[in-house]
Amino acid sequence: MKRVNAVVIGAGAAGGIVAKQLATAGMSVVLLERGKWFTAADCRKDDLRNQRTTVLGNAFGPPEEGNPRVWVDPKGVAHIVRSNEGSYQNNAACVGGGTLSYGAQAWRYLPQDFRMRSTYGAPQGSSLEDWPISYDELEPFYEQAEYEIGVSGDYSGTPFHGPRKRDLPMPPLPPNKEWGILEPAARRLGLHPFHIPMARNSVPYNGRGPCMRCRWCVGFACEVDAKNGSQNTVIPIALNTGNCELRTECMAKEIQIDDHGRATGVSYFDADGKLQQQPADLVVVSACAIESARLLLNSKSRLHPNGLGNRYDQVGRNLQGHHYTGAVGFFDFETYDDVGPGASIAISDYNHGTPGLAGGGMLANEFIRLPIHMIDRMPPGTPRWGLAHKQAMRHWHKRSIVIMGPTQQIPTAAGRVTVDPGVLDKYGLPVARFEGNVHPHTFDIGEVQAKRADAWLKEAGAVSTSLMSWRPEMVSAGQHQAGTCRMGNDPHGSVVNKHCQIHDVDNLFVIDGSVHVTNGGFNPVLTIMAVAYYASNALVSNWKGTGFRS
Amino acid sequence: MSLHGFQSISLLRTYNRDSGAETGLPMPSGDKPNLPTRRQFVAAGALGGAVAVIGCKSQPHSGREFLSVDQAATLGALCDQIIPADDYPSASQAGVLDYIDRQLVRAYRRHRDAYREGLESARQFARKRFNADPETLPAERQLQWATAVERGQHAFFEMVREHTFEGYYGSPRHGGNRDAVSWKMLGLSEPPNLGRSQYDLNQNPNQDQSKGGRS
Repeated sequence: MKRVNAVVIGAGAAGGIVAKQLATAGMSVVLLERGKWFTAADCRKDDLRNQRTTVLGNAFGPPEEGNPRVWVDPKGVAHIVRSNEGSYQNNAACVGGGTLSYGAQAWRYLPQDFRMRSTYGAPQGSSLEDWPISYDELEPFYEQAEYEIGVSGDYSGTPFHGPRKRDLPMPPLPPNKEWGILEPAARRLGLHPFHIPMARNSVPYNGRGPCMRCRWCVGFACEVDAKNGSQNTVIPIALNTGNCELRTECMAKEIQIDDHGRATGVSYFDADGKLQQQPADLVVVSACAIESARLLLNSKSRLHPNGLGNRYDQVGRNLQGHHYTGAVGFFDFETYDDVGPGASIAISDYNHGTPGLAGGGMLANEFIRLPIHMIDRMPPGTPRWGLAHKQAMRHWHKRSIVIMGPTQQIPTAAGRVTVDPGVLDKYGLPVARFEGNVHPHTFDIGEVQAKRADAWLKEAGAVSTSLMSWRPEMVSAGQHQAGTCRMGNDPHGSVVNKHCQIHDVDNLFVIDGSVHVTNGGFNPVLTIMAVAYYASNALVSNWKGTGFRS
Repeated sequence: MSLHGFQSISLLRTYNRDSGAETGLPMPSGDKPNLPTRRQFVAAGALGGAVAVIGCKSQPHSGREFLSVDQAATLGALCDQIIPADDYPSASQAGVLDYIDRQLVRAYRRHRDAYREGLESARQFARKRFNADPETLPAERQLQWATAVERGQHAFFEMVREHTFEGYYGSPRHGGNRDAVSWKMLGLSEPPNLGRSQYDLNQNPNQDQSKGGRS
């Protein structure tokens, strides 16, 4: 195959941006994606088979057959899990990655989120660290992501955000009924409610129309293509340059390394299952935290016997997502208006600054619910089945509000991805294996957050509430997975440098959520995108035309 | 991630037992329907009349893809205790049996053994305890029976409960929630209102006008 400047592995939030930035800078790029290219026509509005409710399967990959993972429970028992089970920690496998079907909350992290260790000190047993870059360094790239991908919202209601040079490019969607109930209640509590920033068109933008506010939102491809992901923004731009070729249904096998320890390209299985080699001047791994770590660990060579970037046993460690807690409130009046995306109002008052707690998280009302989501969210004491349950569903479905939020996780080195040499996927490659648990302090913070959600609901008039607080005995990753190829200045404690370059292989990069040192108390996608713009910018500036020299 | 996280516990509990079936490991033994499926009938018909004799077993065929007549009757009795009829249809009236039956030859193939064994045990239990088949029990007795099944065959009952709710409250496309009846019951517009119509419809019949003052 013809040699190209760069192979980018994974066409998700980060990979799409990297491909576009490199291709528009004149570099030749091959973008490999293991999944298919779905479109708005694949929405299907199927309550039981989408990317969030997966009882009948994942709508946007990976397929349930042939893609197992291994989850090791706290007792040390290994379970082989299918891709539509919760313990699989799935995101998606398709062009756009998670951004095709996500809820699209597009948050900037706060300045403190990049300095967690300096702010709080590392709790015992944790691997809490500072990022090697600051909010200020990332700020221009947050803005670039907000404008190129397209974000609506309004931060003006809250003082709890980092400095920003420009407002969001689109106003928020008109408020829904829950906003009208929750906003005055938050104000009465002295909080600062505001409109959630969303990668969703509220007005025509980027040649596509606005949200039509339907019920089938998070977990679905948007039927009117008003949700903005890499598949309908940066990837088409990359392809339009003529410098980028997207190859779908292509599964990377390993990154190839020469006798000097430098990357020479990627071997992969194409759509027909045939093994191919794509030579390249540099390789960018953007496969999402779990699969990026797996690919590095599966790329063993004489000079890198334990996998790439893994000289100090750091690849796969610090796996983190978010610990979600909150509360359901039940009201004696209707709260539900059947207007998507449902999630409309947030507070960032509790992300930092509580004595005794190393962080916190934002709280927001939940995305618009499908009836199936409310089955186990009836008021305390409701029978789990039978006539009383049916009648409770009828009574409460439109008289309840869910508030929850992503508690920022305290990472641990023991929460990690390895590869399981005994369990192979349909390509014969060793699969990802999870071990470890969430740091207990994360659960302490989550419990406080649940009580705060509860108090907000009660102030809004809830006649009863039930807390959603839990201590799962399982590592947390899922759609917010991050941390497995930590960014840092010290090669002994990190995998990539501040430009997302593997410490000991100068033409190999990891650019995706893997590099997050900590994951903020917010949905991570806009930070993944901002880091992708930031790292691509550094990469292109250092590119010398025929070879890469940092 | 948000909802996903909460689901994971129940998914594990309910679905993890035989994950090997989907991962290239050997399928559990006896992974065949106890009667020819509709698909097999079609295949048999295509091969010629002689093969169709396969369909003429002693048990009457239920017309379903997986469930036998007895299995469907037992499952129907259980589902209809999980979601009984009132002003709105019961589980089986809304097509939940169709939903489960279809999935047992599709996404829920891995649950076949659990259904076969669980339904047989539940049926035998009704005969032993109440001296009758579960579908013939009067309502109060049937509820006692379902409660006993929940206690004695807990994992099986939990699985049926989840699948019943999926069939009743999920998308009509899978055979359950016939005519979107559960969505109508919850007061959701069907077909859904989209776009500006939400704001333009001042007289939305689904809106509770009496108590909406707070918004």
